[in-house]
Amino acid sequence: MKTPANLQRRSFMSQGTALTATVAIAPGVMLYDYARARPAGEAASSAVRWGMLIDTTRCATGCDACVKACNRENGLSGETRPTDSQWMRKVDLVQEGTGRKISLPMMCQHCADPPCVDVCPTAASFKRADGIVLVDKHRCIGCRYCMMACPYKARSFVHEPVTDHSGHTPRGQGTVESCTLCVHRVDQGQSPACVEACAGEGKEAILFGNLNDPNSPISRRLHEVSSVKLRDDLGLNTGISFVGL
Amino acid sequence: MKIRRILLLLVLGLVFWAGGGGYGAWAGVPIPDLDIGQGGHCVADPLYMRLNHMNLLIHQRDQTVRQGIRGGPYSLAVCVDCHASKVNHSVLGTSRNFCQGCHEYVSVRIDCFECHSSEPRNTKAMITGQSRVVKESLK
Ligand code: SF4
Repeated sequence: MKTPANLQRRSFMSQGTALTATVAIAPGVMLYDYARARPAGEAASSAVRWGMLIDTTRCATGCDACVKACNRENGLSGETRPTDSQWMRKVDLVQEGTGRKISLPMMCQHCADPPCVDVCPTAASFKRADGIVLVDKHRCIGCRYCMMACPYKARSFVHEPVTDHSGHTPRGQGTVESCTLCVHRVDQGQSPACVEACAGEGKEAILFGNLNDPNSPISRRLHEVSSVKLRDDLGLNTGISFVGL
Repeated sequence: MKIRRILLLLVLGLVFWAGGGGYGAWAGVPIPDLDIGQGGHCVADPLYMRLNHMNLLIHQRDQTVRQGIRGGPYSLAVCVDCHASKVNHSVLGTSRNFCQGCHEYVSVRIDCFECHSSEPRNTKAMITGQSRVVKESLK
Protein backbone atom coordinates (compact mmCIF):
# COMPACT_ATOMS: atom_id res chain seq x y z
CA MET A 1 0.00 0.00 0.00
CA LYS A 2 1.47 3.28 -1.05
CA THR A 3 -0.89 5.60 0.73
CA PRO A 4 0.62 6.67 4.02
CA ALA A 5 -1.92 6.22 6.72
CA ASN A 6 -1.72 7.69 10.16
CA LEU A 7 -2.47 5.61 13.21
CA GLN A 8 -5.93 6.97 13.78
CA ARG A 9 -6.90 6.12 10.27
CA ARG A 10 -5.49 2.64 10.65
CA SER A 11 -7.50 2.00 13.75
CA PHE A 12 -10.59 3.40 12.07
CA MET A 13 -10.03 1.19 9.08
CA SER A 14 -9.49 -1.92 11.12
CA GLN A 15 -13.03 -1.65 12.37
CA GLY A 16 -14.29 -3.04 9.09
CA THR A 17 -13.40 -6.69 8.72
CA ALA A 18 -14.15 -6.71 4.98
CA LEU A 19 -11.79 -3.80 4.55
CA THR A 20 -8.93 -5.27 6.55
CA ALA A 21 -9.26 -8.41 4.45
CA THR A 22 -8.95 -6.28 1.34
CA VAL A 23 -5.87 -4.58 2.71
CA ALA A 24 -4.24 -7.92 3.36
CA ILE A 25 -4.93 -9.65 0.07
CA ALA A 26 -4.90 -6.88 -2.47
CA PRO A 27 -1.70 -4.87 -2.33
CA GLY A 28 -1.78 -1.81 -4.56
CA VAL A 29 -5.44 -1.10 -3.92
CA MET A 30 -5.72 2.55 -3.06
CA LEU A 31 -7.46 2.86 0.25
CA TYR A 32 -8.31 6.30 1.51
CA ASP A 33 -10.19 7.20 4.62
CA TYR A 34 -13.43 7.13 2.64
CA ALA A 35 -12.92 3.47 1.93
CA ARG A 36 -15.55 1.74 3.95
CA ALA A 37 -17.94 -0.82 2.57
CA ARG A 38 -21.48 0.36 3.09
CA PRO A 39 -23.14 -2.14 5.43
CA ALA A 40 -25.55 -4.62 3.84
CA GLY A 41 -29.06 -3.24 3.73
CA GLU A 42 -28.01 0.41 3.74
CA ALA A 43 -28.94 2.60 0.77
CA ALA A 44 -26.49 4.92 -0.96
CA SER A 45 -26.72 8.34 0.64
CA SER A 46 -26.46 11.89 -0.65
CA ALA A 47 -24.11 12.60 2.24
CA VAL A 48 -21.54 11.19 -0.17
CA ARG A 49 -20.77 12.39 -3.65
CA TRP A 50 -18.25 10.28 -5.49
CA GLY A 51 -15.90 12.00 -7.86
CA MET A 52 -12.49 11.89 -9.45
CA LEU A 53 -9.63 14.28 -9.99
CA ILE A 54 -7.54 13.35 -13.02
CA ASP A 55 -4.05 14.80 -13.11
CA THR A 56 -3.06 15.01 -16.78
CA THR A 57 0.51 15.89 -15.81
CA ARG A 58 0.86 12.38 -14.37
CA CYS A 59 -1.00 10.60 -17.16
CA ALA A 60 1.34 9.18 -19.79
CA THR A 61 0.85 9.18 -23.55
CA GLY A 62 0.68 5.58 -24.73
CA CYS A 63 -0.38 4.19 -21.38
CA ASP A 64 -3.85 2.64 -21.38
CA ALA A 65 -3.72 0.61 -18.18
CA CYS A 66 -6.94 2.26 -16.97
CA VAL A 67 -8.83 1.44 -20.17
CA LYS A 68 -7.65 -2.18 -20.09
CA ALA A 69 -8.61 -2.51 -16.43
CA CYS A 70 -12.06 -1.06 -17.16
CA ASN A 71 -12.62 -3.51 -20.01
CA ARG A 72 -11.50 -6.47 -17.92
CA GLU A 73 -13.54 -5.50 -14.90
CA ASN A 74 -16.73 -4.95 -16.84
CA GLY A 75 -16.40 -7.70 -19.44
CA LEU A 76 -15.95 -5.42 -22.46
CA SER A 77 -14.16 -6.82 -25.51
CA GLY A 78 -11.67 -3.96 -25.78
CA GLU A 79 -12.38 -3.75 -29.53
CA THR A 80 -12.95 -0.26 -30.93
CA ARG A 81 -15.19 -0.87 -33.94
CA PRO A 82 -18.16 1.51 -34.19
CA THR A 83 -20.45 -1.08 -32.63
CA ASP A 84 -18.20 -1.99 -29.70
CA SER A 85 -18.83 -0.64 -26.25
CA GLN A 86 -16.20 1.72 -24.92
CA TRP A 87 -16.69 3.01 -21.42
CA MET A 88 -13.30 4.64 -21.17
CA ARG A 89 -11.05 6.06 -23.88
CA LYS A 90 -7.60 7.60 -23.89
CA VAL A 91 -7.54 11.01 -25.56
CA ASP A 92 -4.32 12.67 -26.73
CA LEU A 93 -4.34 16.43 -27.18
CA VAL A 94 -1.83 18.84 -28.63
CA GLN A 95 -2.02 22.47 -27.64
CA GLU A 96 -2.08 24.75 -30.69
CA GLY A 97 0.85 27.11 -30.86
CA THR A 98 2.99 25.60 -28.13
CA GLY A 99 2.73 21.98 -29.21
CA ARG A 100 2.33 20.86 -25.58
CA LYS A 101 1.04 17.29 -25.50
CA ILE A 102 -1.58 16.11 -23.03
CA SER A 103 -2.98 12.64 -22.55
CA LEU A 104 -6.05 11.86 -20.46
CA PRO A 105 -8.71 9.23 -19.88
CA MET A 106 -12.29 10.16 -20.85
CA MET A 107 -15.45 8.53 -19.61
CA CYS A 108 -18.83 9.40 -18.09
CA GLN A 109 -18.31 12.62 -16.11
CA HIS A 110 -21.03 11.74 -13.57
CA CYS A 111 -22.79 15.09 -13.78
CA ALA A 112 -24.78 16.47 -10.89
CA ASP A 113 -27.39 17.51 -13.49
CA PRO A 114 -27.02 14.82 -16.12
CA PRO A 115 -28.66 15.49 -19.51
CA CYS A 116 -28.95 11.73 -20.09
CA VAL A 117 -31.30 11.56 -17.11
CA ASP A 118 -33.34 14.54 -18.33
CA VAL A 119 -34.05 12.99 -21.71
CA CYS A 120 -34.61 9.35 -20.77
CA PRO A 121 -38.28 8.51 -21.45
CA THR A 122 -38.35 5.52 -19.10
CA ALA A 123 -36.32 6.83 -16.14
CA ALA A 124 -33.80 4.09 -16.89
CA SER A 125 -31.01 6.64 -16.89
CA PHE A 126 -30.74 7.84 -13.33
CA LYS A 127 -28.42 9.37 -10.79
CA ARG A 128 -27.92 7.46 -7.58
CA ALA A 129 -28.08 9.36 -4.30
CA ASP A 130 -24.28 9.35 -4.08
CA GLY A 131 -23.89 10.98 -7.48
CA ILE A 132 -23.13 7.92 -9.62
CA VAL A 133 -24.97 8.13 -12.96
CA LEU A 134 -26.21 4.73 -14.09
CA VAL A 135 -28.50 2.97 -16.57
CA ASP A 136 -31.11 0.69 -15.05
CA LYS A 137 -30.99 -1.86 -17.83
CA HIS A 138 -34.20 -3.45 -16.63
CA ARG A 139 -35.95 -0.31 -17.82
CA CYS A 140 -33.83 0.78 -20.78
CA ILE A 141 -35.66 0.39 -24.10
CA GLY A 142 -32.57 1.17 -26.15
CA CYS A 143 -33.89 4.39 -27.69
CA ARG A 144 -30.45 5.99 -27.33
CA TYR A 145 -31.72 9.49 -26.59
CA CYS A 146 -29.22 9.60 -23.73
CA MET A 147 -26.37 8.90 -26.14
CA MET A 148 -27.45 11.90 -28.19
CA ALA A 149 -27.80 14.08 -25.11
CA CYS A 150 -24.44 13.31 -23.55
CA PRO A 151 -21.94 16.08 -24.34
CA TYR A 152 -19.06 13.73 -23.56
CA LYS A 153 -20.05 10.90 -25.90
CA ALA A 154 -19.68 8.63 -22.90
CA ARG A 155 -22.39 6.08 -23.60
CA SER A 156 -22.36 2.98 -25.76
CA PHE A 157 -25.16 0.83 -27.12
CA VAL A 158 -24.85 -2.94 -26.90
CA HIS A 159 -25.43 -4.12 -30.46
CA GLU A 160 -24.66 -7.81 -30.16
CA PRO A 161 -25.96 -10.46 -27.77
CA VAL A 162 -23.63 -10.74 -24.78
CA THR A 163 -22.46 -14.30 -24.29
CA ASP A 164 -19.60 -13.88 -21.86
CA HIS A 165 -20.98 -12.79 -18.51
CA SER A 166 -17.70 -13.13 -16.66
CA GLY A 167 -17.49 -9.39 -15.96
CA HIS A 168 -18.83 -7.95 -12.74
CA THR A 169 -21.39 -5.83 -14.55
CA PRO A 170 -24.53 -7.35 -16.06
CA ARG A 171 -24.65 -6.28 -19.73
CA GLY A 172 -27.16 -7.08 -22.43
CA GLN A 173 -28.05 -6.49 -26.04
CA GLY A 174 -30.40 -3.60 -26.77
CA THR A 175 -29.46 -1.49 -23.77
CA VAL A 176 -27.22 1.50 -23.31
CA GLU A 177 -24.29 1.44 -20.91
CA SER A 178 -21.45 3.58 -19.66
CA CYS A 179 -18.94 3.92 -16.86
CA THR A 180 -20.59 2.96 -13.57
CA LEU A 181 -17.69 4.36 -11.55
CA CYS A 182 -17.30 0.64 -10.71
CA VAL A 183 -20.30 0.94 -8.44
CA HIS A 184 -19.97 -2.73 -7.44
CA ARG A 185 -16.47 -2.09 -6.14
CA VAL A 186 -17.23 1.27 -4.57
CA ASP A 187 -20.06 -0.30 -2.59
CA GLN A 188 -17.52 -2.74 -1.17
CA GLY A 189 -15.18 0.04 -0.11
CA GLN A 190 -12.81 -0.42 -3.05
CA SER A 191 -11.79 2.19 -5.59
CA PRO A 192 -12.73 1.88 -9.29
CA ALA A 193 -10.67 -0.53 -11.40
CA CYS A 194 -9.07 2.27 -13.46
CA VAL A 195 -7.88 4.05 -10.31
CA GLU A 196 -6.29 0.87 -9.02
CA ALA A 197 -4.66 0.11 -12.39
CA CYS A 198 -3.21 3.61 -12.71
CA ALA A 199 -1.75 3.36 -9.23
CA GLY A 200 -0.43 -0.08 -10.13
CA GLU A 201 1.51 1.56 -12.97
CA GLY A 202 3.01 3.92 -10.41
CA LYS A 203 1.31 6.95 -11.97
CA GLU A 204 -1.51 7.66 -9.52
CA ALA A 205 -3.02 10.10 -12.00
CA ILE A 206 -6.58 9.42 -10.86
CA LEU A 207 -7.68 10.43 -7.39
CA PHE A 208 -11.04 9.03 -6.35
CA GLY A 209 -13.09 9.99 -3.34
CA ASN A 210 -15.96 11.74 -1.63
CA LEU A 211 -16.42 15.31 -2.83
CA ASN A 212 -18.84 16.02 0.01
CA ASP A 213 -16.26 15.36 2.70
CA PRO A 214 -14.06 18.45 3.03
CA ASN A 215 -11.33 16.31 4.61
CA SER A 216 -11.16 13.63 1.95
CA PRO A 217 -7.90 13.60 -0.04
CA ILE A 218 -9.77 14.55 -3.22
CA SER A 219 -11.47 17.54 -1.59
CA ARG A 220 -8.21 18.70 -0.04
CA ARG A 221 -6.45 18.42 -3.40
CA LEU A 222 -9.24 20.27 -5.20
CA HIS A 223 -8.84 22.97 -2.57
CA GLU A 224 -5.12 23.28 -3.29
CA VAL A 225 -4.67 23.00 -7.05
CA SER A 226 -6.21 24.61 -10.11
CA SER A 227 -8.61 22.23 -11.81
CA VAL A 228 -11.26 22.36 -14.52
CA LYS A 229 -14.44 20.48 -15.33
CA LEU A 230 -14.97 19.69 -19.01
CA ARG A 231 -17.52 21.92 -20.77
CA ASP A 232 -18.19 23.68 -17.49
CA ASP A 233 -20.11 26.26 -19.56
CA LEU A 234 -22.95 23.73 -19.76
CA GLY A 235 -23.41 23.97 -16.01
CA LEU A 236 -23.68 20.21 -15.49
CA ASN A 237 -21.39 20.20 -12.45
CA THR A 238 -19.48 17.07 -13.35
CA GLY A 239 -18.09 14.76 -10.69
CA ILE A 240 -14.83 14.45 -12.64
CA SER A 241 -12.30 17.28 -12.68
CA PHE A 242 -8.96 17.64 -14.43
CA VAL A 243 -5.62 19.12 -13.49
CA GLY A 244 -3.22 20.41 -16.13
CA LEU A 245 -5.62 21.02 -18.99
CA MET B 1 -69.73 -22.27 -7.44
CA LYS B 2 -69.32 -25.75 -6.09
CA ILE B 3 -67.50 -26.90 -9.18
CA ARG B 4 -65.09 -23.98 -8.90
CA ARG B 5 -64.29 -24.86 -5.33
CA ILE B 6 -63.66 -28.48 -6.21
CA LEU B 7 -61.40 -27.42 -9.07
CA LEU B 8 -59.45 -25.09 -6.80
CA LEU B 9 -59.00 -27.84 -4.23
CA LEU B 10 -57.81 -30.20 -6.96
CA VAL B 11 -55.25 -27.72 -8.22
CA LEU B 12 -54.03 -26.86 -4.73
CA GLY B 13 -53.86 -30.54 -3.90
CA LEU B 14 -51.65 -31.13 -6.89
CA VAL B 15 -49.41 -28.20 -6.01
CA PHE B 16 -49.01 -29.33 -2.41
CA TRP B 17 -48.47 -32.90 -3.51
CA ALA B 18 -45.72 -31.85 -5.86
CA GLY B 19 -44.28 -29.60 -3.14
CA GLY B 20 -44.23 -32.34 -0.53
CA GLY B 21 -43.18 -35.26 -2.64
CA GLY B 22 -40.63 -33.53 -4.81
CA TYR B 23 -40.78 -33.65 -8.57
CA GLY B 24 -41.64 -36.88 -10.28
CA ALA B 25 -43.99 -38.47 -12.74
CA TRP B 26 -47.62 -38.27 -11.74
CA ALA B 27 -50.10 -40.28 -13.73
CA GLY B 28 -51.77 -38.02 -16.24
CA VAL B 29 -49.96 -34.78 -15.46
CA PRO B 30 -46.36 -34.45 -16.57
CA ILE B 31 -44.26 -32.69 -13.93
CA PRO B 32 -40.87 -31.27 -14.95
CA ASP B 33 -38.04 -33.52 -13.94
CA LEU B 34 -35.62 -30.91 -12.68
CA ASP B 35 -31.98 -31.01 -11.72
CA ILE B 36 -32.03 -28.75 -8.66
CA GLY B 37 -28.25 -28.64 -8.43
CA GLN B 38 -26.96 -28.36 -4.90
CA GLY B 39 -30.44 -27.82 -3.45
CA GLY B 40 -30.65 -27.78 0.33
CA HIS B 41 -32.35 -25.06 2.34
CA CYS B 42 -33.80 -22.37 0.10
CA VAL B 43 -34.04 -18.74 1.26
CA ALA B 44 -37.77 -19.35 1.75
CA ASP B 45 -40.22 -22.23 1.67
CA PRO B 46 -40.04 -23.91 -1.78
CA LEU B 47 -43.77 -23.67 -2.42
CA TYR B 48 -43.67 -19.97 -1.57
CA MET B 49 -40.65 -19.53 -3.83
CA ARG B 50 -42.38 -21.31 -6.70
CA LEU B 51 -45.23 -18.82 -6.57
CA ASN B 52 -43.36 -15.66 -5.57
CA HIS B 53 -39.70 -15.79 -6.61
CA MET B 54 -40.25 -13.31 -9.43
CA ASN B 55 -41.73 -10.70 -7.12
CA LEU B 56 -38.94 -11.13 -4.58
CA LEU B 57 -36.31 -10.84 -7.30
CA ILE B 58 -37.84 -7.75 -8.89
CA HIS B 59 -38.29 -6.01 -5.56
CA GLN B 60 -34.73 -6.59 -4.45
CA ARG B 61 -33.30 -5.84 -7.88
CA ASP B 62 -34.90 -2.39 -7.94
CA GLN B 63 -33.65 -1.64 -4.45
CA THR B 64 -30.14 -2.76 -5.35
CA VAL B 65 -29.85 -1.04 -8.71
CA ARG B 66 -31.56 2.23 -7.88
CA GLN B 67 -30.86 2.71 -4.19
CA GLY B 68 -27.66 0.75 -3.86
CA ILE B 69 -28.98 -1.55 -1.13
CA ARG B 70 -26.77 -4.62 -1.21
CA GLY B 71 -26.68 -7.94 0.57
CA GLY B 72 -30.38 -8.84 0.46
CA PRO B 73 -31.37 -12.50 0.58
CA TYR B 74 -33.21 -12.70 -2.75
CA SER B 75 -30.48 -12.25 -5.29
CA LEU B 76 -30.40 -13.97 -8.65
CA ALA B 77 -26.73 -14.86 -8.13
CA VAL B 78 -27.68 -16.78 -4.98
CA CYS B 79 -30.39 -18.71 -6.91
CA VAL B 80 -27.82 -19.65 -9.52
CA ASP B 81 -25.14 -20.58 -6.97
CA CYS B 82 -27.41 -23.22 -5.43
CA HIS B 83 -29.42 -24.39 -8.41
CA ALA B 84 -26.85 -24.65 -11.20
CA SER B 85 -26.66 -28.22 -12.43
CA LYS B 86 -23.59 -30.14 -11.36
CA VAL B 87 -23.52 -31.58 -14.87
CA ASN B 88 -23.20 -28.40 -16.97
CA HIS B 89 -22.71 -25.83 -14.17
CA SER B 90 -25.66 -23.78 -15.32
CA VAL B 91 -29.33 -23.18 -14.64
CA LEU B 92 -29.89 -23.25 -18.41
CA GLY B 93 -29.09 -25.64 -21.22
CA THR B 94 -31.60 -28.47 -21.17
CA SER B 95 -35.18 -29.08 -20.08
CA ARG B 96 -33.78 -30.55 -16.87
CA ASN B 97 -31.86 -27.43 -15.87
CA PHE B 98 -33.52 -25.63 -12.99
CA CYS B 99 -34.57 -22.29 -14.48
CA GLN B 100 -34.97 -23.37 -18.08
CA GLY B 101 -36.86 -26.58 -17.25
CA CYS B 102 -39.52 -24.99 -15.11
CA HIS B 103 -40.01 -21.92 -17.29
CA GLU B 104 -40.34 -24.13 -20.34
CA TYR B 105 -42.95 -26.14 -18.48
CA VAL B 106 -45.06 -23.08 -17.71
CA SER B 107 -44.30 -21.39 -21.06
CA VAL B 108 -42.68 -18.32 -19.59
CA ARG B 109 -39.78 -16.68 -21.37
CA ILE B 110 -36.96 -15.69 -19.01
CA ASP B 111 -34.69 -12.88 -20.07
CA CYS B 112 -32.63 -12.61 -16.88
CA PHE B 113 -29.72 -14.42 -18.44
CA GLU B 114 -29.37 -12.16 -21.45
CA CYS B 115 -27.49 -9.91 -19.03
CA HIS B 116 -26.83 -12.02 -15.93
CA SER B 117 -24.63 -15.06 -15.63
CA SER B 118 -26.35 -18.44 -15.58
CA GLU B 119 -23.32 -20.01 -13.96
CA PRO B 120 -22.44 -20.00 -10.26
CA ARG B 121 -19.97 -17.40 -9.08
CA ASN B 122 -17.53 -19.96 -7.72
CA THR B 123 -16.79 -21.63 -11.05
CA LYS B 124 -16.57 -19.49 -14.16
CA ALA B 125 -16.36 -16.20 -12.32
CA MET B 126 -13.47 -17.49 -10.27
CA ILE B 127 -11.56 -18.82 -13.21
CA THR B 128 -12.06 -16.00 -15.72
CA GLY B 129 -13.22 -13.18 -13.45
CA GLN B 130 -10.93 -10.25 -13.09
CA SER B 131 -11.41 -9.43 -9.44
CA ARG B 132 -8.07 -9.61 -7.75
CA VAL B 133 -9.76 -10.60 -4.52
CA VAL B 134 -11.42 -13.59 -6.16
CA LYS B 135 -8.19 -14.64 -7.84
CA GLU B 136 -6.23 -14.36 -4.66
CA SER B 137 -8.68 -16.54 -2.80
CA LEU B 138 -8.06 -19.31 -5.33
CA LYS B 139 -4.39 -19.55 -4.43
S1 SF4 C 1 -31.40 4.36 -24.32
FE1 SF4 C 1 -32.21 3.57 -22.36
S2 SF4 C 1 -31.23 4.84 -20.79
FE2 SF4 C 1 -30.94 5.91 -22.74
S3 SF4 C 1 -32.66 7.37 -22.89
FE3 SF4 C 1 -33.34 5.48 -23.95
S4 SF4 C 1 -34.36 4.24 -22.36
FE4 SF4 C 1 -33.19 5.86 -21.29
